[in-house]
Amino acid sequence: MLCASCGLLVARAATTLPAPPRGRGPAFRYQRRELHFPGHPEPPSNDSSAGRLTRQSVPLGRRVFLRRGRMPPAIGGGLAGSELRFRRGRCGSQAARVVGRDVAAEAAARNPKRPARASRLFKAVGRWAPLALVTLLSFATRFHRLDQPAHICWDETHFGKMGSYYINRTFFFDVHPPLGKMLIGLAGYLSGYDGTFLFQKPGDKYEHHSYMGMRGFCAFLGSWLVPFAYLTVLDLSKSFPAALLTAALLTFDTGCLTLSQYILLDPILMFFIMAAMLSMVKYNSCADRPFSASWWSWLSLTGISLAGALGVKFVGLFIIVQVGLNTISDLWHLFGDLSLSLVTVGKHLTARILCLIVLPLALYVAIFAVHITVLNKSGPGDGFFSSAFQARLSGNNLYNASIPEHLAYGSVITVKNFRMAIGYLHSHRHLYPEGVGARQQQVTTYLHKDNNNLWIIKKHNTNSDPLDPSFPVEFVRHGDIVRLEHKETSRNLHSHYHEAPLTQKHYQVTGYGINGTGDSNDFWRIEVINRKFGNRIKVLRSRIRLIHLVTGCVLGSSGKVLPKWGWEQLEVTCTPYLKDTLNSIWNVEDHINPKLPNISLDVLQPSFPEILLESHMVMIRGNNGLKPKDNEFTSKPWHWPINYQGLHFSGANDTDFRVYLLGNPVIWWLNLVSIALYLLSGSIAAIAIQRGAQLPAEVEGLTKILLRGGGQVLLGWVLHYFPFFLMGRILYFHHYFPAMLFSSMLTGILWDTLLRLCAWALASSCLARGIHALGILSLLLGAAYSFYLFHPLAYGMVGPLAQDPESPMAGLRWLESWDF
Amino acid sequence: GLRETRVRLGTLLSCTMLGVLKRPIVVTADVNLNVVALTGMGLLSRLWQLSYPRAVVFDEVYYGQYISFYMKRIFFLDDSGPPFGHMLLALGGYLGGFDGNFLWNRIGAEYTSNVPVWSLRLLPALAGALSIPMAYQIVTELHFSHSAAMGAALLMLMENALITQSRLMLLESLLIFFNLLAVLSYLKFFNSQKHSPFSLQWWFWLVLTGVACACSVGIKYMGVFTYLLVLGVAAVHAWHLIGDKTLSNVCVFFHLLARAVALLGIPVILYLLFFYVHLMLVYRSGPHDQIMSSAFQASLEGGLARITQGQPLEVAFGSQVTLRSVFGKPLPCWLHSHQSTYPMIYENGRGSSHQQQVTCYPFKDVNNWWIVKDPGRHQLVVNSPLRPVRHGDVVQLVHGMTARLLNTHDVAAPLSPHAQEVSCYIDYNISMPAQNLWRLDIVNRESDREVWKTILSEVRFVHVNTSAILKLSGAHLPDWGFWQLEVVGEKLSRSHHGSMMWNVEEHRYGKSQEQRERELELHSPTEVDISRNLSFMAKFSELQWRMLTLRSEDSEHRYSSTPLQWVALDTSIAYWLHPTTSAQIHLLGNIVIWASASLATAAYTLLFFWYLLRRRRSICDLPEDAWRQWALTGALCVGGWALNYLPFFLMEKTLFLYHYLPAFTFQILLLPVVLQHVSDHLCRSQVQRSLFSALVIAWYSTACHVSNMLRPLTYGDRSLSPSELQALRWKDSWDILIRK
Repeated sequence: MLCASCGLLVARAATTLPAPPRGRGPAFRYQRRELHFPGHPEPPSNDSSAGRLTRQSVPLGRRVFLRRGRMPPAIGGGLAGSELRFRRGRCGSQAARVVGRDVAAEAAARNPKRPARASRLFKAVGRWAPLALVTLLSFATRFHRLDQPAHICWDETHFGKMGSYYINRTFFFDVHPPLGKMLIGLAGYLSGYDGTFLFQKPGDKYEHHSYMGMRGFCAFLGSWLVPFAYLTVLDLSKSFPAALLTAALLTFDTGCLTLSQYILLDPILMFFIMAAMLSMVKYNSCADRPFSASWWSWLSLTGISLAGALGVKFVGLFIIVQVGLNTISDLWHLFGDLSLSLVTVGKHLTARILCLIVLPLALYVAIFAVHITVLNKSGPGDGFFSSAFQARLSGNNLYNASIPEHLAYGSVITVKNFRMAIGYLHSHRHLYPEGVGARQQQVTTYLHKDNNNLWIIKKHNTNSDPLDPSFPVEFVRHGDIVRLEHKETSRNLHSHYHEAPLTQKHYQVTGYGINGTGDSNDFWRIEVINRKFGNRIKVLRSRIRLIHLVTGCVLGSSGKVLPKWGWEQLEVTCTPYLKDTLNSIWNVEDHINPKLPNISLDVLQPSFPEILLESHMVMIRGNNGLKPKDNEFTSKPWHWPINYQGLHFSGANDTDFRVYLLGNPVIWWLNLVSIALYLLSGSIAAIAIQRGAQLPAEVEGLTKILLRGGGQVLLGWVLHYFPFFLMGRILYFHHYFPAMLFSSMLTGILWDTLLRLCAWALASSCLARGIHALGILSLLLGAAYSFYLFHPLAYGMVGPLAQDPESPMAGLRWLESWDF
Repeated sequence: GLRETRVRLGTLLSCTMLGVLKRPIVVTADVNLNVVALTGMGLLSRLWQLSYPRAVVFDEVYYGQYISFYMKRIFFLDDSGPPFGHMLLALGGYLGGFDGNFLWNRIGAEYTSNVPVWSLRLLPALAGALSIPMAYQIVTELHFSHSAAMGAALLMLMENALITQSRLMLLESLLIFFNLLAVLSYLKFFNSQKHSPFSLQWWFWLVLTGVACACSVGIKYMGVFTYLLVLGVAAVHAWHLIGDKTLSNVCVFFHLLARAVALLGIPVILYLLFFYVHLMLVYRSGPHDQIMSSAFQASLEGGLARITQGQPLEVAFGSQVTLRSVFGKPLPCWLHSHQSTYPMIYENGRGSSHQQQVTCYPFKDVNNWWIVKDPGRHQLVVNSPLRPVRHGDVVQLVHGMTARLLNTHDVAAPLSPHAQEVSCYIDYNISMPAQNLWRLDIVNRESDREVWKTILSEVRFVHVNTSAILKLSGAHLPDWGFWQLEVVGEKLSRSHHGSMMWNVEEHRYGKSQEQRERELELHSPTEVDISRNLSFMAKFSELQWRMLTLRSEDSEHRYSSTPLQWVALDTSIAYWLHPTTSAQIHLLGNIVIWASASLATAAYTLLFFWYLLRRRRSICDLPEDAWRQWALTGALCVGGWALNYLPFFLMEKTLFLYHYLPAFTFQILLLPVVLQHVSDHLCRSQVQRSLFSALVIAWYSTACHVSNMLRPLTYGDRSLSPSELQALRWKDSWDILIRK
């Protein structure tokens, strides 16, 4: 048997990258079809030679017919047969095994009398060697020059710092869920980083601090993207060259490489996204053996990865949607299968609920539990959270608080809104601008702790100093008429019939009066919710409302962000609708009154669900707050796939060590072309099938791969890309990279399938001999060569900028918007 | 209790004189009196006392100004929607002989006698009235009974919010009309598909679908949602057509082609046509000119065109020019300099070069003039022969009034410290040499030796020493800079952003070396008339782009609301209050219809999924035909509601209750359909059916009663006492105005 399979040639070509395939005489051509598709059942050798002999003598046009006639109708020949077998057969790396069979066939052809054991060995080698090679190459590229540059690059300043917070157990606030930063912290801790480096700003030298553990961890996870993509594509397309092409595209992409080399959340996020995708695909291919061990394990691995993805960034939601859609369509098919009883369908449903909803949710909650347990010291994030929450943090002044328990006249207090992430009642020496209600002092809410949050509670009718020791202590009671004087500016909390700045249905709240003397619009009735008259007001515990005496409105915060004149703090209004929303409920947090004894209070500790809910509210609010500022150039989603503009990771001038996050343009533009080509070929195929066209079995198999496998990754790309068009928050180029992974997988599947179709169509001419092998090989070489050209972007450049002919990047600035 | 009445009119005309005619000439006409009656009632409800109140009501104050602009042929730009809707309103004004002279400045202002209120409000009212028979037709075309169709139409007829909205100079009723027309004509087309494809009728309805879609998109961008709905349904039907193996490939191809032309081609052409007519109508310069580019402004009559007419086209060494920022954000402005210098020390302690300020100034000013100078020569006048400036040439820019040169150097800019300061160089004799050479980079060049052209060329100035680019940073300078806009030399970004591009707006060839005479120089003779150079497509794309990107300050409105409040009618809008009495017009829906429509939507969705799941297990509750009809109804009505409603959750602009009306119309269509379905398929016995009918009648009477109670607020014709008004305030959140 001659070893001239086309797919086989590619297999060898790709692993060793030799010269273009040599022609092997006429037999090559005929043999090609048989070994063309991995998974093709090996025909008995005598049959094969017989077939060959037969076909050599028939006219070319009839060959297809003949071949189909030769095969058992059930298998149908070509890919359709393999497709059937995959659905029925074992799951896992079946395709790799099949490729292995090709290699084994080659070996068998060389040495027909080799014993079976050796052939099995070859099979195993053939299955694992490419994977090992791909993995090795990925690790090698990611770990090469990982220590360079030895200073903080770009967002390392945030995530490194947050890693340090975990090591120091200091509470902080970030807009992303904690898993990514926790893992970074853990990696740092295990590698001997002590959390003392300040991570102040990009460019700061690490010096003696050990940072390689954290970078190494990120690079380690980032390196797995390539083998994951390889296995995913292998499973979707059952084609070894397609998988190899995908792996090469990702290995040689400078963008993926750069993004994997630093202390960032992205490699961790992408790791979980790809892991979820891979396990989902693997689990799909186990569909014929439900409730088997591998079925359960892939299903639960999918769930675990989903929890991981969502635990790193909320962008993980997109892969959850993808898995969700896949599950719905899966269940829909099961539900429509009348051979399954409703009980079985119910079991299927329960299994998915358990593994894809309950398990991830439990893990996600567990992540937060760890996060909250680890961070038990007061830190920069305290003010974002409610008083009760802060009482957990050691070092916070509410921790084992010792303050006067009941509110008395003359007390200096801070008042915190009860709704999450609104903050403290605040005022400062700035007036509302012209045209926004009355030109009086602004009153806002503010999330940070600050002296401008302090108010003095006074009786409405006297201005005498209640702290005068000759006066007896008088407690504030439910229903009292009070005045709140701002401590720093001595103005009273005031409201009147003017429209509030943003919520125009409400009244404006201002600071009014001089040295505490104002008018009757400064009087507020203080009410405790769910209490009777005469009761004192407890610090922290009492939920209070402040009702404006003259207009009858209630003090509240609308939660809307004021424009620049209000320092982007939140609006405070007086609402005429007496609804009991959390926005209009406040509690007293700090309380200073030298006349009263400090009492140790066991503050009501919030329960874990409350903490969880609060953290999420704060995160969502924080994310919405990340709005692009006026006149700031922001990256637009349409820039991304065309690789319009990169990101400076390190340095910008010709004297710096520069790292520039930019995709390898050859690969990115190939991806872009592939998407268009896919849409075209996919719709042609879909229309042909819908028209009921009688396709040859081989073509039918290929279109199935194109539509199903390609469709899945296309969906992934769409889900990870288009939602960004709807986002109001500030966007960066690196947000595109999860989508880019899917786009590269699509490219792999598309080109392999198209080239096979080409080869099939040209079967009669001599061009057909190696068109598939040549095509794949040139794509691989192109990717590798472009990586050779552009690798300084990722590994770092020094010296003159690209417009200088001396520069290593001279002539490579193909777009003026690239900035290296 | 509604009965279909059909009258068949047969008119026989036979010519008795010529007995040879065997066949009589016959005219047969089917007149559906239901439709006639509904149209009549619709007209009555919408046109009754149409010119009352004779005062500006709510958003009339907004649309009215555009009508005036049309009447006066003045160019304007409204980012709220394409111009077709505005043009229709203006058509009313044109028919009524409106001269455009009214100051639209305040809600409640009395109209002067020259404003033809009746004809201005006529078109929206007609559209609102005709929507009623159309609702009837749609339900009939969906193959539901005539009583269901009557039900839908009558609900539309008495829905207070729809009445209020269509009796005023507003766009929603027009939008709803075209939305319904698009759905109706698509259904007619789809129903004629089975028996007579490619017939005249088939073509008519297909083309009408495309036209109606274009019109609704042309009125408001919101119309896109209905267009998408129709396209989606058409795509699914086309997909089934592709799967129909009884048709030949050629036949399928022509089917698809016809749909593509009618549903994609015609709307695009019509959309362009709207803009074409719009630009034909408004050709005079006006208050919105500043937003547009110089080239666009020059194409308008008056305004900039008056100044630039007869300007020389090619900029030469010695030209006097004003340079306008192409970006124009936050304000359109011109490169400017004046005597004042940068403060020695800024507020934050950084130092400056203390040289003369260079800013971008949003007003025309003599200090905006610059002279293009050849670095190799001292002259500031043009030579003969002219030496045009080309792409790549190195130039100096001399400020006309102070004769100082535009300069940048390695000093941090006042507000953008990462960029370089731009100044007009003053030699303080302190080791800071002049760096005033700029290389001209024409961005939209066609060849590398292209000449710098007035208005047309978009150029960048690249600093020769530092390769910084002259850029408008967009930040406002503090008081020392007179709040003008900051101009910097940008070092880092090398992209082609609009803020780095400038174009010559005013231009003349400098003739005199003397400083004083320079200002008195006259225009040179005409060489090219630039205004004719801008094609329609160029104007269209610029106008469209500005409309989509223009961000007006949106502060919250007193009557604005959130989408969640709409479903439960938790909000209302006070449109108008009588100056003396408490007669008022209030946008307020009929809460009974509102609540039952939402319930019907929920019921439909539940039933649909119930049937769907059971069908999947091969249990067919509905016969195949009934199921298809049920699904198509859902796709159009629930789909129409969802598409017109859900996107508002993603929008960040100020929203009002009237934004919900198009979605609500689709819900109203669904309501009687669901009721009929319950009666036909879910009521098992005749007794149940009668009981259900009785319930429906009771419900319907309640709706009528509520409608009648709210009527004074809908028409604003009767003054209610404070206690009556208080009694009508069924929800706390309704802002009914009560005079104290």
